Amino acid sequence: MIIVGAGQVGSSIAASLAAEHDVVVIDTDPARVDELTYSHDVLPIQGDGTDLETLEEAGIADADMLIASTDSDETNIVTCGVSAIVGNPFTIARVKQPQYLHAWEQRRGAFDVDFMVCTDLLAAKSIVGVIGLPTAQDVDMFADGLVQMTEFEIPAESPVAGQTVAEADRFDSLTFAGIFRDGEVLVPRGETVIEAEDDVIAIGSPESMRAFSTAVAPQEDAATDVVIVGGGEIGYQVARLLEEGGYKPRLFERDEDRARWLAENLPDTTVLNGDATDQELLERESVGDADVLVSALDNDQKNLLSTLIAKRMGTGRTVAVVNTGDFTELFEAVGVDVAVSPREATAEEITRFTRARRAENVAIIEGDRAEVIELEIDADSALAGRPIRESMADLPGGIVIGAITRGDSLIKPRGDTVIERGDHVVLFTDVDVLSEVTEKL
Amino acid sequence: MSRVAVDWRTSATLVGTVLKALTVPLAGTAAVAAWYGEAVVPFLVPLIGSLVAGVALERFDRRDLGLRESYLMVALTWLTIALVGAVPFVLAGHGVLAEPVNAMFESMSGVTTTGATVIDSFDAHGRSIHLWRSVLQWMGGLGILVLAVAVLSQISVGGAQLMETETQTQDLTKLTPRIEETARLLGLLYVGLTALMVCSWLALRVAGVAPNVTLYQAVAHAFTAVSTAGFSPEPASLGAFSPAIQWVTIPFMFLGATNFILLYFLLRGDPSRLTGSDEFRFYAAIVLGLTALTGTFLVVDGQFSRVEPLVRHALFQVVSIVTTTGYATVDFDLWSAGAKHVLFLAMFVGGMAGSTTCSIKTLRWLVVVKSLRRDLFTEIHPEAIRPVRLSGQVVDEETIKDIYGYVLLSLVLFALLTVFVVVDATRTVTRVGEFDAMGAAAATFLNIGPAFGAAGPYGSYLHFPDTTKVAMIVLMWVGRIEIIPVLVLLTPAYWRS
Repeated sequence: MIIVGAGQVGSSIAASLAAEHDVVVIDTDPARVDELTYSHDVLPIQGDGTDLETLEEAGIADADMLIASTDSDETNIVTCGVSAIVGNPFTIARVKQPQYLHAWEQRRGAFDVDFMVCTDLLAAKSIVGVIGLPTAQDVDMFADGLVQMTEFEIPAESPVAGQTVAEADRFDSLTFAGIFRDGEVLVPRGETVIEAEDDVIAIGSPESMRAFSTAVAPQEDAATDVVIVGGGEIGYQVARLLEEGGYKPRLFERDEDRARWLAENLPDTTVLNGDATDQELLERESVGDADVLVSALDNDQKNLLSTLIAKRMGTGRTVAVVNTGDFTELFEAVGVDVAVSPREATAEEITRFTRARRAENVAIIEGDRAEVIELEIDADSALAGRPIRESMADLPGGIVIGAITRGDSLIKPRGDTVIERGDHVVLFTDVDVLSEVTEKL
Repeated sequence: MSRVAVDWRTSATLVGTVLKALTVPLAGTAAVAAWYGEAVVPFLVPLIGSLVAGVALERFDRRDLGLRESYLMVALTWLTIALVGAVPFVLAGHGVLAEPVNAMFESMSGVTTTGATVIDSFDAHGRSIHLWRSVLQWMGGLGILVLAVAVLSQISVGGAQLMETETQTQDLTKLTPRIEETARLLGLLYVGLTALMVCSWLALRVAGVAPNVTLYQAVAHAFTAVSTAGFSPEPASLGAFSPAIQWVTIPFMFLGATNFILLYFLLRGDPSRLTGSDEFRFYAAIVLGLTALTGTFLVVDGQFSRVEPLVRHALFQVVSIVTTTGYATVDFDLWSAGAKHVLFLAMFVGGMAGSTTCSIKTLRWLVVVKSLRRDLFTEIHPEAIRPVRLSGQVVDEETIKDIYGYVLLSLVLFALLTVFVVVDATRTVTRVGEFDAMGAAAATFLNIGPAFGAAGPYGSYLHFPDTTKVAMIVLMWVGRIEIIPVLVLLTPAYWRS
């Protein structure tokens, strides 16, 4: 296993893989290479990942996987291309600019990249998912957006608190896949009672997620007034995705040229050229009346500051981007409603990939206690060609099938649903049985 | 020794080419004159003259047409055609048109697609002379269409470069890589629209709802409707024809003032470009809005007792004025102050850029409206950056400045001409009221045609002193070619290197 680029993302992937795999890390910076040698059980090589000789020295010919995660998009893509010349590893490239991802999605496998992950777009999508659902803690998309996984935190005053799963399940194409209570994973049955403070994992269509969100917190109107602070790539992508969803957000950007560029490229967004830690400006623009404030600056201190100012002024919810992965919990502890770490998310996404390589898509839940994975069903799968009730008997407990997609349609799974070859299945699984499940399906 | 930096020879050769081309309509009109047994000589003399002059001018070296040469070429072309166009009127020697100033006024009014006339007695002139008036307007319309697409959009006159973004001509250039090809396509569309109008008039004749329509009448009016110009061989203009004819003429005026590139896409089966154009919606909304307003005044005044004539006359007059055609179905000078003032304001609107229309044009007004709205928003939110958009495309601030400049310049020239008309009239025995002077100034400078008072739709400009007529001749010319090409010629910087 070869990792090119030992920055924050590369190092954290290396750390999580080192225990189970032979990991070689390539970086141009000798200081980083040295540091890695002492901290992790990896083989470090100083050199350029786009250089064939360096890759050969790292053993590319026999490598199973190559992860390119330097800070340069072009370097990452070229590295994958060069590695495919002499070896046949599964290649993963991390990019910052969505344009590369869009090009790659046109033809998966292009540039000899087997999987591409776009840090900023990933973060922006996750932020937009959270904005759309007032009680959501985490949102992930599956099957090209047909299926959505959402983690809802049930507030004490919610009408859903105290209902059984059977009572709460009034929605088409929505399945309760798991419940977290006091650190335990529960597999929901019809008679399971949902309690306040539970984290409920629901899988289904995006519409059913919105309907359930309203049921969880009927007093919370869907956010309409969204303020974004910082017009970097993440801020821009958040605004763009919100515009696609019919929102008209406001966006603060300090740099005048960038602000002008944003204004020209975001027709439905009001771009304001000013510093979002300028309290007078925030007052004048009545940021306190906003439903959601997203702080997406490059600087963590400023993100924290602007979200705390907004919170004091009365903004409904605050979402902060955390550039240094370690601060996520700290942010949420001091009053930021949702903290999103793009690098941590990227590192997770890549790590998950190394674990369940067959999965089309993975979401990790509650600090790795459970996962939601999307699988394409082939003939060898235990699920193929028979009703779910029968196949479940052969599978370990702790898994729930959340949704099935066939072509462009979503099927809500029942006991008698027969899964066919080529279907995509989105399922919730306890990590304890993960390896057994992936093997059988 | 100071050198002239403009390669005027190149401009002159192009004018030579235009002069040579002029022989075709002259020959055609001469043939019609012969057919009706009228004098042929008034057309043959300018025919030979322009052929000789054209061939002589083309003997100059022609190099690539630069920015400066374009300005000169545009200004000279319109002036030359007007001069040649006046010759048949003088040579025919009938009525008021025998006087050179009147002939030049009529000719300039024709070639600039204005439609203001000095003729007091329509019967004094033969059919060939009336046809020549229509032919001049038809050529003027074709000329301005080619000019708008091929030249004005390139030299960015008062925001004319916007037309390119608005119509997304980059697609068109993909379709027809050369600008000549684009101009040729639009020319064909223009010819097609004219032919369609001739056919629809004749069809109404055949259907029995247009008894007095002849082929001559159909052609003479098709030439001046699609070019949004407005000359009519009939003293009562379109009032001489049946309601069916009046109804069917409205869409041709409207289309003549619609962006031809968008019409071209419509014909190719892509209506979304037209309906999705901010400018087209604005143009349509203004026509409907002003019609409703005019109609309301007419109802209040009790002008018409039945609904159909009321709607028809209100819509016809508004479309005629907004598109800068200048036909009339009634003498709207007899309407009350309310309706008349609505029509006066309508003169300043104009149709869409990239058409045969004159006046300030909806494209410029739309940008002005949008940028004012933006400025009011940034007044409350000083930090907001809000680009002005047209059909989704960002309009750059430099262009907005150009457009404000153009609108201001238009209004200033209009005001100056108004004052001149009033003062010049008091110098002589004629007396012209301020409103009538404003109407006449707007109707000539903005190339509309009929105004109010003596210069109303059933009147003529004959009574103005010659000095006023000369001023109007100059301003029709200046207004038609979008002001800037002429003003630029007056700056010393233009002539120096």
